[in-house]
Amino acid sequence: MAGITSYGAYIPFYRLGKDTAGWGRPIEKPVVNFDEDSITMAVAAGMDCISGGDREVVDSLIFATTTSPYIEKQGAAMVAAVVDLRRDIATNDATNSLRAGTQALRSAVDAVKAGSAKQVMVTAADCRTGTPGTEFDQTSGDGAGALLIGNEGVIAEVIDSYSVSDEVLDNWRAEGDSTVRTWEDRFVLQTGYLSVMPEAIQGLLKKVNLDIKDIDKAVLYGPNPRRHAEMARQLGLDAGQVQDPLFGQMGNTGAAYSLMQLIAALEEAKPGQKILVASYGDGADAILLETTDQITNFNGKRGIKGNLEKKRIRKSVGVRGATVKGLEGGPPSASARWRARESIDRLHGAKCLSCGLIQYPPQRICSRCHTKDQWQTVRLSNKPGKIFTFSLDYLVGGVDSPLAITIINFEGGGRGMFTMTDREVEDVQCEKPVEMTFRKLRSSGGVHNYFWKAMPQRF
Amino acid sequence: MQSIKDRVAIVGMGCSKFGERWDMGTEDLLVESTSEAFEDAGVKSEDIQAAWLGTQNQMSGQILAHAIKTEYIPITRIENFCATGTNAMMDACFAVAAGIYDLVLVAGVEKLKDSGVGFLTGGGGQPSAQTAPGVPPPAQFALAANRYFYQYGLSYEEGKQMLAKIDVKNHYNGSLNPKAHFQRAITEEQAINAPMQAFPLGLYDCCGVSDGSAAAIITRPEIAKTMRDDYILVKGLGLGVGAQQGSLRDYYDFTHFDEAVYSSRMAYEQAGVKNPREEIDVCEVHDCFSITEAITMEDVGFSPRGTVKNDIDNGFFELSGDGPKVNTDGGLKCFGHPIGASGVRMIYEVYKQLQGKADRRQVKNVRLGMTHNLGGQPGSFTGAISIWGTRD
Repeated sequence: MAGITSYGAYIPFYRLGKDTAGWGRPIEKPVVNFDEDSITMAVAAGMDCISGGDREVVDSLIFATTTSPYIEKQGAAMVAAVVDLRRDIATNDATNSLRAGTQALRSAVDAVKAGSAKQVMVTAADCRTGTPGTEFDQTSGDGAGALLIGNEGVIAEVIDSYSVSDEVLDNWRAEGDSTVRTWEDRFVLQTGYLSVMPEAIQGLLKKVNLDIKDIDKAVLYGPNPRRHAEMARQLGLDAGQVQDPLFGQMGNTGAAYSLMQLIAALEEAKPGQKILVASYGDGADAILLETTDQITNFNGKRGIKGNLEKKRIRKSVGVRGATVKGLEGGPPSASARWRARESIDRLHGAKCLSCGLIQYPPQRICSRCHTKDQWQTVRLSNKPGKIFTFSLDYLVGGVDSPLAITIINFEGGGRGMFTMTDREVEDVQCEKPVEMTFRKLRSSGGVHNYFWKAMPQRF
Repeated sequence: MQSIKDRVAIVGMGCSKFGERWDMGTEDLLVESTSEAFEDAGVKSEDIQAAWLGTQNQMSGQILAHAIKTEYIPITRIENFCATGTNAMMDACFAVAAGIYDLVLVAGVEKLKDSGVGFLTGGGGQPSAQTAPGVPPPAQFALAANRYFYQYGLSYEEGKQMLAKIDVKNHYNGSLNPKAHFQRAITEEQAINAPMQAFPLGLYDCCGVSDGSAAAIITRPEIAKTMRDDYILVKGLGLGVGAQQGSLRDYYDFTHFDEAVYSSRMAYEQAGVKNPREEIDVCEVHDCFSITEAITMEDVGFSPRGTVKNDIDNGFFELSGDGPKVNTDGGLKCFGHPIGASGVRMIYEVYKQLQGKADRRQVKNVRLGMTHNLGGQPGSFTGAISIWGTRD
């Protein structure tokens, strides 16, 4: 039995809402902070997905997105490293299509069924940009979902799937373009979404010999609330059968959207329910899942529900892509960064086997007892911490002024200096609890440089 | 291990005007300070057998030779963050005490105001992963200030007032000093209400970023006696280099600086100082930020832990106070802080105080003077101390 064994999600802490200057709409929209992108969100969702689980059994990671920060350089390799997975695994990027998320899910299921992987982590993240003020701007949102696919401890079995590949110019973004373009709305919907997605759904239902009435929950991709509702009507679904598409709270999160809706459906699902997932983009995917008894005992994830609840409303529309100016420096030395990759990407500290002191970054010789090369790796990225001391710097300036610099003491030991993000000034005080979050420090010289930051304890 | 006490004498010193010396380059500043030192000692540059240069931004000791035109003598460049100048003096003292050279020039210099920004940008250094937070110095020391306030239960207002009193004292002392970068007295209100640089440190809690140079001529006491009557003698030299203990040990408290504790202990032992609060007459400390001066008073044993606020409130360290007179020349705060020059500049003030030549800021009956530097940031410093006394 191959299926979903775990899930996780990430939705940015800060939302645009009715009190946000420059937005002012009654709907909420999660938007990446200046230091977030698809990689950082995929990491956060992946961390949620694997929390409490065993990283050792994950044999593969797929990163699905239409907004990978690099054209040539894999995102999955970085996500896998930062989530702290094994080194001898397969990694893949699924990109360039809104269907990347469901395509990744299909590939993962195939790999598990074929026995080439025990567990595959599927991460999907997007932060697409539309022209401000357009419908796209209002209906889209930023976020990430992650699924673990395996054949032990399955909470939702993947029964079957059906895909249609379709070549049409409906939505696209060429290299160098920052915003998504679309052809005329009526053409796009009639010949694309409203005809191709039903084709895939009907194909699947026929393949598994089911009627649409047999579906307990239908997770439907939709470009906006109106077309989503039209799709549900066209398919003959009752309102109770349709998963809330979360417009106005989460929005269309691109390649991650179908998987994030599926996670939301799983959060409410009971054992033995049939869930249909349908996504659209250069064709359509339809996937049928059935929940197992295991889903009853599955909990402890931040998930969609938790992420939607734990939010703050932005005071003003932020500046996407802006970075902290001033002393933040240029691109990294690739070799220097590579040498320190375990401490930078995986946030590994080291515990002295002789005296027990946890030190970050790892040293050759223990700071306290001076023992040489006797260490045990300690992952600090998932440890809660407290602000030991801090400063709020007004000199460096830039988008995140005052820059919050903190000394973080981790629960269980270890200390490091980190900047703090997703914070208000009043969050930055001695002994306040924090959690760690992987962020983009800056883009410079064609290099996106990432590192961990502290943020107010969100969960 | 031997003590350096009384084995080296300073027979001449010079100090350039500190400040925004737009018309002066590094070499000009060196000429200004060394000329005064040569004249003060009654020697010429040809008499110098070796030289030590403390500088952070100049990569080589050659700049000193370029400036004053020495002819193929040994010149060593020393760099040790903000303890650079003191470290240069220290190593020169060792060479003289060892009898290798009889007459040595020590100079410190920094030209900071060509960088285009109003604060320290730090050295370029090695190519790096560029992931460590870029933390300007005020923010580094604000880490200590905020924890100090928290640990000792000081409200923002109480802590800020304590720091403001340090700012006011050093500005007053600077106003008595024509060579200081800033020569204007300020009020407590001005200090408290000044623009925030790194919470809780405001503009007046931060030292000047300045150009400047200072120089000394040193020799052994038996030679010094033949040169002048009012030479001064080294009593103790301490240098304590941190190994990132504070960054790596999660139990470090950020409210004291061990590097200063250890280096002062070293120097006190050599100098035979048992009770620094009573025995030290003047002390130039590394007040890069007001909080640094406050914590230093506790680190070097002038005030018991957590009690410096009482001493500050009582004016203990002021020119008119009952304790060691601290930063009589205005300190880094007002005299300015050209990194490599600062340690030597501090010794210049102690030298003048011991000779009774400190003009309007002269302290009475000065017998023992001390200097203190901290280079680096809370978590890992280079701590340097020098103690000097009058001849018997």
